[in-house]
Amino acid sequence: MKISALLATPSELTDTASSKCAVVLMTRIRLARNLAGHSFPGWAKEPQREDILARCREAVGATSAMKRSVNSPVADLSDLDKQILVERHLISRELSGTKRGAGLIINRDQTCSVMINEEDHLRIQVLRAGFQLKKAWSQIDAIDSEIEERLDYAFDPELGYLTACPTNLGTGMRASAMMHLPALVISSQMEKVVRAVNQLGMVVRGLFGEGSDASGSIFQISNQTTLGESEEAILKRLGSVLQSIVEHELNAREKLLDADAGKLFDKIGRAFGILQNCHQLTSSEAMNLLSLLRLGIDLGLFPEGSRAVTDRLLIEAQPGHIQAVGGQDLESAKRDALRAERMRQEFSTFARPDFSLHHKT
Amino acid sequence: MASPLKCDLCGKPATVHLTQIVNSKMHKVDLCEACAQAKGVTDPGGFSLADLLLKASMNPDAAGAVEIGAHGAAACPACAFTPGDFKKHGRFGCPQCYRTFAGMVSPMLDSMHKGTRHVGKVPHKALERRSFHERLTELESGLAAAIKAERYEDAARLRDELHSMRQPAAANPATAIASVPLSGPAASSSAR
Repeated sequence: MKISALLATPSELTDTASSKCAVVLMTRIRLARNLAGHSFPGWAKEPQREDILARCREAVGATSAMKRSVNSPVADLSDLDKQILVERHLISRELSGTKRGAGLIINRDQTCSVMINEEDHLRIQVLRAGFQLKKAWSQIDAIDSEIEERLDYAFDPELGYLTACPTNLGTGMRASAMMHLPALVISSQMEKVVRAVNQLGMVVRGLFGEGSDASGSIFQISNQTTLGESEEAILKRLGSVLQSIVEHELNAREKLLDADAGKLFDKIGRAFGILQNCHQLTSSEAMNLLSLLRLGIDLGLFPEGSRAVTDRLLIEAQPGHIQAVGGQDLESAKRDALRAERMRQEFSTFARPDFSLHHKT
Repeated sequence: MASPLKCDLCGKPATVHLTQIVNSKMHKVDLCEACAQAKGVTDPGGFSLADLLLKASMNPDAAGAVEIGAHGAAACPACAFTPGDFKKHGRFGCPQCYRTFAGMVSPMLDSMHKGTRHVGKVPHKALERRSFHERLTELESGLAAAIKAERYEDAARLRDELHSMRQPAAANPATAIASVPLSGPAASSSAR
């Protein structure tokens, strides 16, 4: 399968939006795995990296999950393809920056991706739309077991799966949820939430992980520790933290509506107006506007049917995706114009907000 | 510690002392003025002691951390990685490094993780395969030794055992990996 075909295929992230994804947009689990008896990618010499790459590509490519997949060295992809894959959360920025001896395998519906020779020999990831920790775990557990039939993992009974960085020892598992928390942001409660979540041994990050900003009020929450607790126990703990954040967000929405619904509706109405009529739009502004629209959908101001478009645009408004539509090397002002044009087009047929429902109460 | 507390990050005298409960364990951190400022400790908002502890525990020079040289080898025999490399990269060189630098690893884990012993998934098939091959090698060298010493009864027993292990019909993980049900001590130790 070619990368162009993959990117044109409907994917888990861009095409499966439903009301189940209201606050938790998506769930991801990744496992760090290494081959016994080989230097980790950051320390291995190039011929060793190439050898590992070849072995892993063959072994992972032969699994049932990867029957139809893109299986490629990173060096064979264009910068734009790599950027799009990063924007879809299928590969990391670190991997996209590696020159040689690294690879990626992504299945057709883009629920599963494997990075080869990133920080570890293998980084296996499963991504599901919505709040799906259990489903994601059973899928990745099966894939991991299947890979293990073909490769000898570095494992120590005491320390678990051995990883390049000691922070990933043990299960090697990082589970995360991408959460849309506009009401907690508007009511300035995020700091409090971050602190509480940290105390519970979980980490809050921006949309693209460490050091990224949280435009669009989208945050990633994941487990901090990997050793000393089983996968199920970590997922259970993370699940209950996520559930309580969902409840806080929903409460904050109620409170905002009670306190001053007009102010909230104004924000949402203006966002809609801008998206319908803008001519210059940066990706960060687009994220923020789409985020407000999404909140409007959750509150019932827009029909549920408009969710899919909004969620898809959250991904497709990002620079790489816009660039791909533009077809050439666009400078950022041109990109902003193209993004605005795309929004005007999409929102010209979008249902108008109906504020009457809330006004009656 | 009798000496005055040193900053966990840079080793200068510490003036800021923090205690926080992370994962229902108490963690203490001592910082100098500059590091406290830099890490946003003075800003009660976005500060996580857990993150800081993690970084401090990965700095082998810091006060209270392990002194390298006192523990284990200077370089990993498998990949020539040194503790200095760890200081630079924060990553190890190869799986073997965890054994080579065990003395350096174990004190890190306490502040880094919820526990220090792995609980959870175990790669049964890989382990079974490894122990199968180890047993084969052991039997082969045993057989050679027995023949050399003219202990023919032992040799016959070892030969039979080798023979049965090499039978594809037997529960042999090397030849029938995918279809073999899990068995043996590795399987029963599962926590799942």
